[in-house]
Amino acid sequence: MTLPPIPAPPPPPSRRAALHALVAGALALGLPLRSRAQALPVAPLTRPLPSSGEALPLVGLGSWITFNVGRDQALREQCFAVMRAFFESGGRLIDSSPMYGSSQEVIGEGLDRLGHPRSLFAADKVWIGAGARGPEQIEASRQFWRVPRFDLLQVHNLLAWQEHLPTLMAMKADGRLRYVGITTSEGRRHREFEQVMRSHPLDFVQLTYNAVDREAEQRLLPLARERRIAVIVNRPFRRGDLTRALARHPLPGWAAEIGCVSWAQVLLKFIVAHPAVTCAIPATSNLSHVRENLAAARGPLPDEALRRRIASDVEKLAR
Amino acid sequence: MTEWWTYRPSDFLLFAPRTYYRLVELYNTDVWPAQLAAVAIALLLLLLAWRGGEQAGRAAAAVLATAWTFVAWRFHWLHYATINWAAAYFAGAFAAQALLLAGAGAASALRFGPITPGLRIAGVAVAMVALALQPALALGLGRPWAQVEVVGLAPDPTAVFTLGLLLLARQAPWWLFPIPVFWCLTSGMTLWTMGAADAFVPPLAAVTTIVAAFATRSRVR
Repeated sequence: MTLPPIPAPPPPPSRRAALHALVAGALALGLPLRSRAQALPVAPLTRPLPSSGEALPLVGLGSWITFNVGRDQALREQCFAVMRAFFESGGRLIDSSPMYGSSQEVIGEGLDRLGHPRSLFAADKVWIGAGARGPEQIEASRQFWRVPRFDLLQVHNLLAWQEHLPTLMAMKADGRLRYVGITTSEGRRHREFEQVMRSHPLDFVQLTYNAVDREAEQRLLPLARERRIAVIVNRPFRRGDLTRALARHPLPGWAAEIGCVSWAQVLLKFIVAHPAVTCAIPATSNLSHVRENLAAARGPLPDEALRRRIASDVEKLAR
Repeated sequence: MTEWWTYRPSDFLLFAPRTYYRLVELYNTDVWPAQLAAVAIALLLLLLAWRGGEQAGRAAAAVLATAWTFVAWRFHWLHYATINWAAAYFAGAFAAQALLLAGAGAASALRFGPITPGLRIAGVAVAMVALALQPALALGLGRPWAQVEVVGLAPDPTAVFTLGLLLLARQAPWWLFPIPVFWCLTSGMTLWTMGAADAFVPPLAAVTTIVAAFATRSRVR
């Protein structure tokens, strides 16, 4: 099911809606995550990329910290299991960066193990101060990933973006790259970020947005809609701070209305229900968490009134 | 990254705590049974520094230089660098300290001899932090033996032990202090961002050393 980039209407009374209701019921009953995720009868909700119409699931997979496990084979196996569960649950977009230590290598080995799923949407970044060394770094990243090409390359944290963007645009023009983007995190350099969004034909932006960090709502998210730029959201749980703080509190009654059985799902649904957001990329090395996260890309999404309530409640409870 | 002031220490933590401690465990497995020899040599070195003598300074400088070289190459370069790109720079810093120690030994600039009782206590205390307190704390915090960081092989206890020996010296060049102090502060920050309860230990050892060395600064050349 592909969502339009506007608030999702109530699902029609169709077979699909009945399946959604079934899933929501299972979620509300608190069935074990493993069996619940494996039993999910529907694909995750998707949203079209404004620049191409290609549909992407609302939840992807980040790799910051979680996939940087060096040569530790036991921890690598856990990462591979997370990747397997991610693809089995209908996930597509995996995001990494040369900044993330061994994450790219781990992803590459995982993809080999999984037989390079055709559904993969490979998103990486260029992160080097010297523009001339960008192509070299990108090629090294590609070899770590063991993919013929990236779907998306982003300028990490706007580092030397003036030099890297022309390189990425040229790669796209040559057919060596499908999409180009820029990233920021934790609310940094939003003014400059906005200027780049206005002045360059970007396909993607990546930024921090969650129920507590909502600065992007003011200018960047509306601008992304206006400029038809897809939005990837990082730090959906504030590196776990939000889920840890909220774990002390029971889920409010309204969580069942949107089929959520955990605060993590509430936080993800809050994000992906924003009409400008294309997908959120929670990072995890926990098998049950990745299934739980993908389950948030299913079932009903909160409407604007409920989103306001989620933000208000999370703000109070997470203090 | 031009807005450095907007970054927090946690922004530079690239790995999960369990990944770090697993790395220490794999490293310990890799170098076993060097731990036994390293602890024995450290105890001998402490005894040598306590007793003093003509050759004590040269011997201590040579052994410490060897330990700093080993940690630079084996821990930072071969292991830590797999999860932290900054480890390549740390390896360089440890190699530089090894050269400084070797130079101090060759020039007989590190000398052990009579010092005040207060300094003796401070020096032995800091050295024992590396030899005993850090392993005990690790075990007390629930980490297995295999994840204990050992003096001469892992960076934290090596830096702390070096500071302890420098405090025990009757004469120690000032330029032997900055790198171990820098490492203790850096490591403390890393451990703090990892949420480790023993994060205070390396910075406390460094501050103790600075205060003690400053109080007797005429001893530091």
